[in-house]
Amino acid sequence: MNTEPSRCPVLVLGMGNLLLEDEGLGIRALELLQQRYEFPAGVELLDGGTTGMGLLDDMSRREHLLVLDACQTGDPPGTLVRLAGDEVPVYFDMRISPHQLGLSDVLATLELSGEKPADVIVLGLVPQSLEMSLELSGLIAEQLDTLVGAAVTELERLGYPVESGGS
Amino acid sequence: MATRITVDPVTRIEGHLRIDCEVNDGKVTNAWSSGQMWRGIELILQGRDPRDAWIFTQRICGVCTTVHAVVSVRAVENALQLEIPMNAQYIRNMIIGAHCVHDHIVHFYHLSALDWVDVVSALGADPAATAKLASTLSEWPRNTVQELTEVQTRLRTLVESGQLGIFANGYWGHPAMKLPPEVNLLAAAHYLQALEYQRKANQIVSILGSKTPHIQNLAVGGVSNPINLDSQSTLSLERLYYIKGLIDELADFVSQVYLVDVAAVGAFYADWTAYGAGVTNYLCVPEMPLDGKGTEFELPGGYITNGDLDTFQPITSFQDTFFENGVAESSKHAWYEGSGALHPYDGETVPEYTDFQDDGKYSWVKAPTFNGVRAQVGPLANVLCMAAAGHEPTQRHLNTVVGTASALAGAEIPLTALHSTIGRHAARAIRCAVIYESLQNQWTLLMENIGSGDYETYNRPTFPKGEQRGFGFHEAPRGVLSHWVVIQDGKIANYQAVVPSTWNAGPRDENDELGPYEASLVGNPVADPELPLEVLRTVHSFDPCLACAIHMVDPRKKEIVRVKAL
Repeated sequence: MNTEPSRCPVLVLGMGNLLLEDEGLGIRALELLQQRYEFPAGVELLDGGTTGMGLLDDMSRREHLLVLDACQTGDPPGTLVRLAGDEVPVYFDMRISPHQLGLSDVLATLELSGEKPADVIVLGLVPQSLEMSLELSGLIAEQLDTLVGAAVTELERLGYPVESGGS
Repeated sequence: MATRITVDPVTRIEGHLRIDCEVNDGKVTNAWSSGQMWRGIELILQGRDPRDAWIFTQRICGVCTTVHAVVSVRAVENALQLEIPMNAQYIRNMIIGAHCVHDHIVHFYHLSALDWVDVVSALGADPAATAKLASTLSEWPRNTVQELTEVQTRLRTLVESGQLGIFANGYWGHPAMKLPPEVNLLAAAHYLQALEYQRKANQIVSILGSKTPHIQNLAVGGVSNPINLDSQSTLSLERLYYIKGLIDELADFVSQVYLVDVAAVGAFYADWTAYGAGVTNYLCVPEMPLDGKGTEFELPGGYITNGDLDTFQPITSFQDTFFENGVAESSKHAWYEGSGALHPYDGETVPEYTDFQDDGKYSWVKAPTFNGVRAQVGPLANVLCMAAAGHEPTQRHLNTVVGTASALAGAEIPLTALHSTIGRHAARAIRCAVIYESLQNQWTLLMENIGSGDYETYNRPTFPKGEQRGFGFHEAPRGVLSHWVVIQDGKIANYQAVVPSTWNAGPRDENDELGPYEASLVGNPVADPELPLEVLRTVHSFDPCLACAIHMVDPRKKEIVRVKAL
């Protein structure tokens, strides 16, 4: 029996903890993407929460992995962050994201198994506040459209333009 | 001379755990376990609809989302004295079983094996000699010269590319690494194969839970999976047999690879059976309920005092008062207000942060006790209790592992060797085999029940006026997980989660007794304080996951080991 569902070459992965205010901004951005747009074949969207090794399968064998996440770069809160190429391992190494330890283990494991995504891009915002709350801070709520727009632009650049509509 | 070692973070996975050790003459003489993040899930849940709690609680933890969902609905059902249909029970049990098999495989191979296995050393192995050695250990058909050669080539490419830095926590070449190159190569090959098998286990959770990493099929009162044997959009016969196929594919990996590898690592590191016992009161709960209200279980649970199996006291139902009344949490050494150990129904979560005080408060994790004393939880507790209860599959797999390890070590390894760092790994593998058999059984029970014409999956809950209290427990991969809920007029008035890592990683308690992590570290050897691999081995053997014990962000802190002379 064939146990492998067909694999989309692009995974848009929202990461973060919804219980910690701006920590969940990656997932909130993912939700907005789902609400506003139709995605072409070959693009899959996934709410990864704060999971690490549980994402082994989802992250494996992709051409492009686009991670949406809160990024503590030291820049002012609300700053749009884009990391690609050599900057991506630094992102994981610096533990700028609280769930980084989990993701870096996943990437290391996939490197060894030869299933690492060919291209990893991290898009995010610098969070303002990480208190216990289900709501984003005012500043980040306002800036979320910037991140959503950046994700749409990124998908267009990769050859996967989205259409307005959504579910 | 005394040295103070601080390891921060210890976890290879999500969560921030800091361990401090005092080392004298190459041995740990005192230890502190500190959770560095605050958890306030309880505060978010107050005032919410109890039917929604599981959706939030599965966001507590990044490793075991599923377990917090399952135990949350159990707690609310307990408060309402609500029975659930048998199909719902079996479907939940299969999710629990498949998640656990996935989790144990990943923990051993991907998160802790590298504490014992030296990947660089595997480059010096002879694949033919490795295959020959493997054939004496197991009938696993993939221990071939060809596959082992391919793995070695892949490892060599990685090492030569200079990308080993991605395994930032690897301590390769450390003097405490003792496996021969051939065993290292075999373990590395199984590390890669384990990726395929954990995936199959996770697929079962995905299909039954409708989605991973966050399952969507639960409900207070049952599950939302409609059963219709002929409809493609529901749990159909085709899907159930697809799941059966996935279950069958896991069998040989668990019995011919995981169990054998753990026995081999145990035999080569037999000296590690002398370290890491720590707290030997063991607590676990029964799992895989076989009726609608949780009074019969496939897997037994209970409590053992001082490592003596004859003291076993069973915990027998979801309503068990021995368990319900036994749990309390102390904040004396944790950064919360309050004095005296509190029962979870009365638990408080009011922060009171101080500095790290060796004799005062030093952790965001509270210190749980069972009937006033510390208890270790996790697969070792579970295996010892199930063996004490006379559970045949547990005894069978336990005998197999101890027998294989004894044969390899050339000496009889006693059962007491399980009270150790390496014993926790052995117990996890044994438990994986036990849970695997249960997963097979739960599938059969579900099919038989559906075959009898029962398609029910949900009983609608009703919330009476006034106050109801309830608790739910679950024997999760890292041990006893319990959620405690107080409902007032249909809304959550209090909610507390007492999680496995709280039991094991908690700080000193009301009587200043060391927690399981802390106690297990005392007496550990430390060859090189700058590279405290031995400390990590013992802490990792618990499968630490602090994300659910506590949760707060500590950005841009990179330091991992700090050593200072005292």
